[in-house]
Amino acid sequence: MALKRRNFLKGSAALGAATGMGLPHIWMKNTALAQASNGEIKVGVLFSLTGTTGIIEESLNKATILAIEEINDNGGVNGMRINPIVEDPASDPATFAEKARKLVLGDKCVSVFGSYTSASRKAVLPVFEGRDNLYFYPTLYEGRECSKNVIYTGAVPNQQQDEFIPWLVEKFGKKFYLIGSNYIYPKEENNYCKKLLEELGAEVVNEEYVPLGHSEFSSVINKIQSTQPNVIFSTVVGDSVVALHRQYRAAGLDPEKMPMASLTTSENEVAAMGGEAAAGHFTSAPYFMVHQSPENEKFVEAYRSRWGGDKVTHFVSEPSYFQVYMFKQAVEKLAASDITPPNIREAIKDVELIAPQGRVLLERENLHTWLWPKIAMAKSDGQFEVLQESPEWIKPLPYAAYPDQLCAEDGLQQV
Amino acid sequence: MDFVLQQLLTGLSIGSILLLVALGLAIIYGTMGVINMAHGEFLMLGAYGAWALKAFFGLGLLESLVIIFIGVAALGYLVERGVIQFLYKRPLDTILATWGIGVILQQSARLLAGGELRYVEMPSILIGQVNIFGVSVAGYRVFIFAFVAAMFAITWFLFYRTSFGMKLRAVVQDQSMASCFGINAKRIYSLTFAYGAGLAGLAGALVAPLKSVSPEMGTTYVVDAFFVVVLGGAQSLFGTVASATLLGEMNGVLAYWYNDTIAKALVLLAIVVLIRFRPQGLFSTRIRS
Repeated sequence: MALKRRNFLKGSAALGAATGMGLPHIWMKNTALAQASNGEIKVGVLFSLTGTTGIIEESLNKATILAIEEINDNGGVNGMRINPIVEDPASDPATFAEKARKLVLGDKCVSVFGSYTSASRKAVLPVFEGRDNLYFYPTLYEGRECSKNVIYTGAVPNQQQDEFIPWLVEKFGKKFYLIGSNYIYPKEENNYCKKLLEELGAEVVNEEYVPLGHSEFSSVINKIQSTQPNVIFSTVVGDSVVALHRQYRAAGLDPEKMPMASLTTSENEVAAMGGEAAAGHFTSAPYFMVHQSPENEKFVEAYRSRWGGDKVTHFVSEPSYFQVYMFKQAVEKLAASDITPPNIREAIKDVELIAPQGRVLLERENLHTWLWPKIAMAKSDGQFEVLQESPEWIKPLPYAAYPDQLCAEDGLQQV
Repeated sequence: MDFVLQQLLTGLSIGSILLLVALGLAIIYGTMGVINMAHGEFLMLGAYGAWALKAFFGLGLLESLVIIFIGVAALGYLVERGVIQFLYKRPLDTILATWGIGVILQQSARLLAGGELRYVEMPSILIGQVNIFGVSVAGYRVFIFAFVAAMFAITWFLFYRTSFGMKLRAVVQDQSMASCFGINAKRIYSLTFAYGAGLAGLAGALVAPLKSVSPEMGTTYVVDAFFVVVLGGAQSLFGTVASATLLGEMNGVLAYWYNDTIAKALVLLAIVVLIRFRPQGLFSTRIRS
């Protein structure tokens, strides 16, 4: 670009004005918070569309986009459009951090919706904490995190297990076999499960972890056969869950006598392993596609008419959808010039709405969500049958397995 | 006693799957010296073949096996004719080329069949248990064991009792001398590569009902297959069998005593130690090079 005299003068005039106002202005500009402008609210959408978790995260991206489109078609938020900026972090935590930085610093998004895995959430956390921005995380996860920069709309261990474990003990018996993939999520879930089992006077016959992607379960099945548990509590994830179910069935084990109880098997996993291999096993989650409610009917219909009639909704895509509406309710309380991440955080506390799973509430203490856990059994047609719904919504307790710690409004407390 | 037998059978079952996965690789590597990085993808194609034949043509797994073998072998033949035959004197380049072919196949599968996990239905006559000396074993695992034993017998017969096998062994021992005697070495190589690829396709189709089917599935199998081949010794068919059995039994027993994570690490450690003291593998035949 040639340096024209006119531009040069303009540039130096601007520079002069800036220096005239003194240095603080430059610094202020640098740290100025992201905010809404030009009649639109910029948000980031950060789900992998490619890579190992691309398939599942694509469904979260679709649920998020659906909610944003619905809001914009119905007049936006206080007349302002939500402008989603979609990035593909390609299932790689380092790319997640890089794209998050781009969305927060470059695009000045006021909030970002994203992540499926805990690894990717941990990777973007420094970006959001450093800039005091907000990250909306829809996945059930292991808890034990207390950040004022993440809005958690998925379940934590106490919400999935408090009803589920006593129900299993009562229905099947007191001997539990804990099997999980070898990483943080299964270990934390099992920590809480063991705590509940101890209170119930139940017994853990074995606890073991297989490598991620493991697909040879014959030794595990031998151990299951020799220890004869009443329930196999499984937190195996990914393609391992398919191999485990198929080999369980090939070995002739009977779900009626020794069912697998899972926190991670959704309609997606059932489709991947085949209905026959999934039938008769149990999952606890706040949402199943078959849940009966007018809101869910609307959600499923809207999702299918937007993305295709054969698509399934599941317990991670549902929070991806309703958390955008929570964001909307929070922003509606703010004047256009006040739409900044810290203000949204204050405004979203105690926000309540009727989600497809039921009425949900954002807990002000720990920014997690009150949810409605349900116990369901997989059927051979690929859907679930809901057997029991929690009689009341359950408070999120991200430190439920650690009684001496508490996540409060001003951070993690020792008690 | 039941317990020992059960572990022994589990190890044999794991070993037979390892042998199934490694046999094609052992043949290609052992006879042609080509390190075929696309082996896992041939296997993946076999698994997708089984899925597609069921989904689009309603064919069960057993009826599909012949079609899958011929299909993947034909693809292997084309790959050998199109790429590998030009690279025999350049071993490093074959690694790169076959790896590239693997990536192409992986992404083609992703584009054509989608990236979601698939499964292959187990043949209904093979569902159920078989009682072996008081221990119940999954029928399908017994079937895999018998199938692998048969494949191995056929391969052995092909290599040591047919004129094709004799020519192949002659080419392996000394290619130029074999050519002087009128053996078409190029043709022998193409057919051998196609046979190895076909075996990989069969392996993919057969493991699919026990595991999951995805475009990336080949990567884990190719690593296992290389362990078997390296440990067994490259030129020895029986070495491959011995090493698959050994690795299978080790895996089964260690996973039962500790867990699968530790078993995996200990088996790898054992391979490293063995290779340190026997770089040529457990069994090796001397050849002129």
